[in-house]
Amino acid sequence: MDSLARSFLLPEIVKGMTLTLKYFFRPKVTINYPNEKGPISPRFRGEHALRRYPNGEERCIACKLCEAICPALAITIEAEPREDGSRRTTRYDIDMTKCIYCGLCQEACPVDAIVEGPNFEFAAETREELYYNKDKLLANGDRWEAQIASNLEAEAPYR
Amino acid sequence: MPELWSLYIWPLLVILMHIGIIVGAVLFGVAYLTYFERKVLGAMQRRQGPMTVGPFGLLQPIADGVKLLSKETIIPSQANRPVFLLAPILMFILALIAWAVIPVDYRMVLADINVGILYLFAVSSMGVYGVIMAGWASNSRYAFLGGLRSASQMVSYEVSMGLIIVCVLVCVGSLNLTDIVMAPRPVWVQVMLFPMFIVFLVSILAETNRAPFDLPEGESELSGGFMVEYSAMTFALFFLGEYANMILMSAIAVVLFLGGWLPPFGMEFLGFVPGFVWFVVKTCAILFFFLWARATFPRYRYDQLMRLGWKVFLPLTLLWVLVMSGSLIMTGALPQ
Repeated sequence: MDSLARSFLLPEIVKGMTLTLKYFFRPKVTINYPNEKGPISPRFRGEHALRRYPNGEERCIACKLCEAICPALAITIEAEPREDGSRRTTRYDIDMTKCIYCGLCQEACPVDAIVEGPNFEFAAETREELYYNKDKLLANGDRWEAQIASNLEAEAPYR
Repeated sequence: MPELWSLYIWPLLVILMHIGIIVGAVLFGVAYLTYFERKVLGAMQRRQGPMTVGPFGLLQPIADGVKLLSKETIIPSQANRPVFLLAPILMFILALIAWAVIPVDYRMVLADINVGILYLFAVSSMGVYGVIMAGWASNSRYAFLGGLRSASQMVSYEVSMGLIIVCVLVCVGSLNLTDIVMAPRPVWVQVMLFPMFIVFLVSILAETNRAPFDLPEGESELSGGFMVEYSAMTFALFFLGEYANMILMSAIAVVLFLGGWLPPFGMEFLGFVPGFVWFVVKTCAILFFFLWARATFPRYRYDQLMRLGWKVFLPLTLLWVLVMSGSLIMTGALPQ
């Protein structure tokens, strides 16, 4: 009798369909990506940037700690003294196709010069566009400075 | 000469205009059914569905259509060309011509013929030819298997669908679709017809090869079934045919069971709403059931499908024809 009722009243099917109907009215979990974006942690490790001091002087002192620690060997630095005697890089390249976004470079940096910013939308159509040089990195720094600075401040207690 | 004009040419033009309206409405319905499907499936999976093209993605069907039109039609070198090209055309035409007898409102029907339901049944049975032709002419194993599956599936479920229609017909006593809608139905008849309505819903899922009975397409094992070799416009015709068939089957269900253009549950005070609005609303409700079922159930196995068709639905509907006509005779409610 029970199995007969079961096969005619289809309780499983009704149950399954009520479940999907319930989900139909639940709020969506996806976002409309290019128009709205998900929240990003201040620790987010995105596109690299070279920062400057407020007076416009670049922070990097060419200590090459980042180059040394980089596990993917993505960073290449050449340096020589500038006319005023301070030690600066003449070349600071990051191969973004090699980079594994581990964040060791920004942890190694004694002057918070190289940082990984909040930007993750830097897809390019050619490989060459992903070989970043010093100019590109400094430009990134200028572009994202406000957000990078606030992120660093938020993270300062934990570093 | 004025006789020629008034007797032949003018009626012809009127009929052509009606055909144009129907075809346009069906194609529009198909386009937005795909959108509706993606939105409903998305919502049931807690996604947003198409959002990019136009506000709320409302122009997505148009973008899809343009994409399909601008692609290349590939005809496999081993395929039987005429049959290969004929199959999608047949599917599409069959899905459209059935609309000639569907009454959208009182007297709003292209051909108010007295064998309407037989015509519908005949036309929807023809659809299996398109599938078999496509499967065979593609000269591909996947397509062939998909075609075979689809053929046996559609034939199996047509049997029980026929018996369900008989159930309705004995209560109504007419094959004319307008009469079927207008015939008075006591409450107990409606209650008795309700199980048949459920069986009919499941059967039209199988008949239109929709989930959970979409074995002929079977993406996972047949990689697209009988449509696997089709591309661009030929594929689009199959696609349009399939969705037009969904709408058609929903419309048939509305006409047979849900009282066509009449307000639901006999609520006379809702009579001010034009009939075809009710018709569209009811059809949409059944289409929602199609998509709802697709979002809920996994695909049937082939032997389960056959078992359901032949060992469950066929005896059940046969028995119900007997019960239905018996009780009609007993109460003397059998229409003359």
